[in-house]
Amino acid sequence: MRLVIEVWRQDTPQGPGRYETHTVDDATPEMSILELLDRLNDQLVENGLEPVAFESDCREGICGACGVTVDGNPHGPQRNTPSCHQRLAGYADGQRIRLEPLRSAAFPVIRDLVVDRSAMDRIIAAGGHVAIDAGTAPDANSLLVPHESAERALDMAACIGCGACVAACPNGAAHLFVGSKLTHLSLLPTGRQERGKRARAMLSEMEQDFGPCSLYGECARVCPAHIPLTAIAAVNKEGLRSFFRQKDD
Amino acid sequence: MTTAAAAAASGWMPPPCTVPGARAGGVIDGGAPEGPLSAAWQRRRLDYRLVNPANRRRLKVIVVGTGLAGAGAAAALGELGYEVECFTYHDSPRRAHSVAAQGGINAAGDNTVDNDSLERFVRDTVKGGDFRGREADAFRLGEESQRVIDHLNAIGAPFAREYGGTLATRSFGGVQVSRTYYARGQTGQQLQVAGSQALLRQVDAGTVTLRTRHEMLDLVMDDGRVAGVVMRNLVSGKITAHTAHAVVLSTGGYGNIYYFSTLAKNSNASAAWRAVQRGALIASPSFIQFHPTALPVGSKWQSKTILMSESLRNDGRIWVPAKAGDERAAGSIPEEERDYYLERKYPAFGNLTPRDVASRNAVAQIRSGHGVGSLQNGVYLDFRDAIARLGKATISERYGNLFDMYKHATGEDPYAVPMRIAPGAHFTMGGLWSDYDQMTSLPGLFVGGECGWGYHGANRLGANSLLSACVDGWFTLPYSVPNYLAPLLGTAPLAPDSAPVQEALTRTRARVDSLLTIGGTHGPSHFHRILGDLLYEGCGVTRTEPSLTATIAAVRQLREQFWSDLRIVGSAERLNQELERAGRVADYLELAELMCVDALDREESCGAHFRDEHQVDGEAARDDEHWAFASAWQVDDGHFVRHHERLTFESVRLQTRNYT
Ligand SMILES: Cc1cc2nc3c(=O)[nH]c(=O)nc-3n(C[C@H](O)[C@H](O)[C@H](O)COP(=O)(O)OP(=O)(O)OC[C@H]3O[C@@H](n4cnc5c(N)ncnc54)[C@H](O)[C@@H]3O)c2cc1C
Ligand code: FES
Repeated sequence: MRLVIEVWRQDTPQGPGRYETHTVDDATPEMSILELLDRLNDQLVENGLEPVAFESDCREGICGACGVTVDGNPHGPQRNTPSCHQRLAGYADGQRIRLEPLRSAAFPVIRDLVVDRSAMDRIIAAGGHVAIDAGTAPDANSLLVPHESAERALDMAACIGCGACVAACPNGAAHLFVGSKLTHLSLLPTGRQERGKRARAMLSEMEQDFGPCSLYGECARVCPAHIPLTAIAAVNKEGLRSFFRQKDD
Repeated sequence: MTTAAAAAASGWMPPPCTVPGARAGGVIDGGAPEGPLSAAWQRRRLDYRLVNPANRRRLKVIVVGTGLAGAGAAAALGELGYEVECFTYHDSPRRAHSVAAQGGINAAGDNTVDNDSLERFVRDTVKGGDFRGREADAFRLGEESQRVIDHLNAIGAPFAREYGGTLATRSFGGVQVSRTYYARGQTGQQLQVAGSQALLRQVDAGTVTLRTRHEMLDLVMDDGRVAGVVMRNLVSGKITAHTAHAVVLSTGGYGNIYYFSTLAKNSNASAAWRAVQRGALIASPSFIQFHPTALPVGSKWQSKTILMSESLRNDGRIWVPAKAGDERAAGSIPEEERDYYLERKYPAFGNLTPRDVASRNAVAQIRSGHGVGSLQNGVYLDFRDAIARLGKATISERYGNLFDMYKHATGEDPYAVPMRIAPGAHFTMGGLWSDYDQMTSLPGLFVGGECGWGYHGANRLGANSLLSACVDGWFTLPYSVPNYLAPLLGTAPLAPDSAPVQEALTRTRARVDSLLTIGGTHGPSHFHRILGDLLYEGCGVTRTEPSLTATIAAVRQLREQFWSDLRIVGSAERLNQELERAGRVADYLELAELMCVDALDREESCGAHFRDEHQVDGEAARDDEHWAFASAWQVDDGHFVRHHERLTFESVRLQTRNYT
């Protein structure tokens, strides 16, 4: 099938950017959005034009490297699906498709569809970890974890760090990302020791780059890891808890 | 390393190397501790030199890679107080391809009554590796394994738990005990995220400087020692040198050389290959594991193959239609017309035979016309019976996300129709040769994780490589690197304006320019795809002398075409992904030749290295009399020199693998 692609081009972080229009004549329904970009790039290179820069790595929905905005939807039209798994089955011959980077003030564009998501790692560095050095850990079987807590921790820990939640949020909030980490670590015996300290550190770093949460819920609709909306409630809950307790744990 | 004369003096000589353009070299020593192996690691640790905590800040280590091996090494060395500079080409440390591992991580233990133990773990690892790995390393792997689970659990990996709250385990391909710890089908992700959190904690503490979007393009050599690295900032294009007292490469595996592989699109061999060009030895580069449960290539524009975790083989049954060319849908093929060929041929292990056996049998079925799917390039993995026995809910709790993934990738619902699987290039058992202390043949250059060799011999057991990456990173390099650093206290890393640094920078810039100025017609992926086809065909699941000889010639020709017909649009002064890819493919085109040379040289079959000429009743015919050694190749001015490390086994008797 033939698809008309409007794609965002931006040479440098300073901009300016613009849309370019190209066509791919031999797209197929089982192709992913990223494979469509591969195909477009083959064409561009053969014609001596610069290929579109975009990110991906695992192409199996787990590394979180991919993320383009497709017709206004972070990752693409299918809900809760990363760009590398978004297939073209929903497009008809001759249809237009618009590709742009994940859009958020916290994610400056580096080039074309590639953005800088390092603000998310700064939040993790501030407190999204457990202060136990190599070799000092207790026997993992001496710390019992109820099956259900482990499963809930896993639900939250499934986050792939792609940043689509931020891009989907009209406020550019990172609450889903931060809340999932706070919940995940607070469900584990070792993680609980710094629960209060962690919440303060992560929230204060979060406020540097990201917006407030107004409970739009757009984040959970795009999240490829199906992080539930309860994660955003955890941000306020953990924040208040640590504020009133003023303790490390 | 000693000379051929010394090898002769040792009383045993490997077969001559008859591959054109290659020759035999000398014997090398892995330096494993003398005496009983079960206590070897403890003895070695006692022998290691220490550095006073107050002095550690004055010693600098560069770590390349933030996968389980790199993040672990960088974080642990940072925790100890060394100055660490850590690099990754990813935008975030969490994205290293360790994140994609699904099934689980092994740990040796006697904490259940299924009769596991350290010795059994070693036996399984050595035997699974078909006696082509270093036994002493396998002991260390098992010995540190429980600490790995404890540590990763403590730093945030939510391992699956039983209802009593203890850690859950399952059994994984090739073994009969239950020693695999897991977190749903996302074990790698959970370990990788925990590891990168620990790394970022050190960044916050100021012990580690992390530079993301930096790709290592070369090493800085100072009089035979490795003294630093040359990096390209992938965003600005700037090429800079960074020096240190020691360098750790933990840059992952190169299975992606086959183009269609279970590795990430950006996984590559360049860092390791650059080390080889600077004189490091590379061991058994042709030992590549083909994963039996990858997805068959299904469409024209498909960009890679995806792995379905091997844990699926615990409950799924593998079969093909008994009649060649049977095109009926799976559901219309009656029970008696299905061939559950693994269960039939290997009743003791059934669907859980080791990967190489499963892959080879699948290829044999596909080549003899029993393949399924529209391209007849796969076999079935069927959950019908498991769902009937255990219920859909249990299967979904065990494998839910894998089933979703399959559906995403293929559009088919594996609860209703059997999955289709096929062998795909997956794991590189070979890699930079290192001694027992994980130091390569270049002083000052250490290696961790999949870019090394040693533990896995000619075939890796499932769930042993997350373990080896973690053991290297968290519990080996933090001991052995300081031992190397201790005598260097008081010396400074090389100055930026020193001759070796300038030389390395000039060399790197010249190489980047040479790629940019070819001005041909095709991008790098074009050549990569052709290379992948050549390797699958000639140096794949099975190999023959004619296939390897032909592939060597074809690879050389492709390399010439690449250097005359490559086109890279754009400049080196900013983000240029085609340039990145081109550098990686250029290295693959050299490594591919050595892989074929290694496979052609080794006149035996062992593990994943299956030479058609060397088989008995369809099974690999190992030749311990002549080939019980690891080939460690040196690239000397375009010529390949095969050095050898003899492999002896103390606690495990050399025996033929038998899974029937
Ligand atoms: C799909 C899949 C599933 C798997 N499942 C399992 C499993 O269930 N159990 C198991 O035990 N094993 C499994 N494995 C194997 C295991 O995951 C890997 O062997 C292991 O994670 C490798 O870790 P690593 O740290 O060596 O490398 P990686 O995690 O690949 O990390 C490599 C790092 O090096 C960096 N890097 C590479 N080159 C450069 C360069 N030139 N410059 C700068 N940085 C560079 C990368 O950015 C990255 O940070 C699986 C592998 C795959 C592909
Ligand atoms: S490429 Fe890894 S999640 Fe999409």
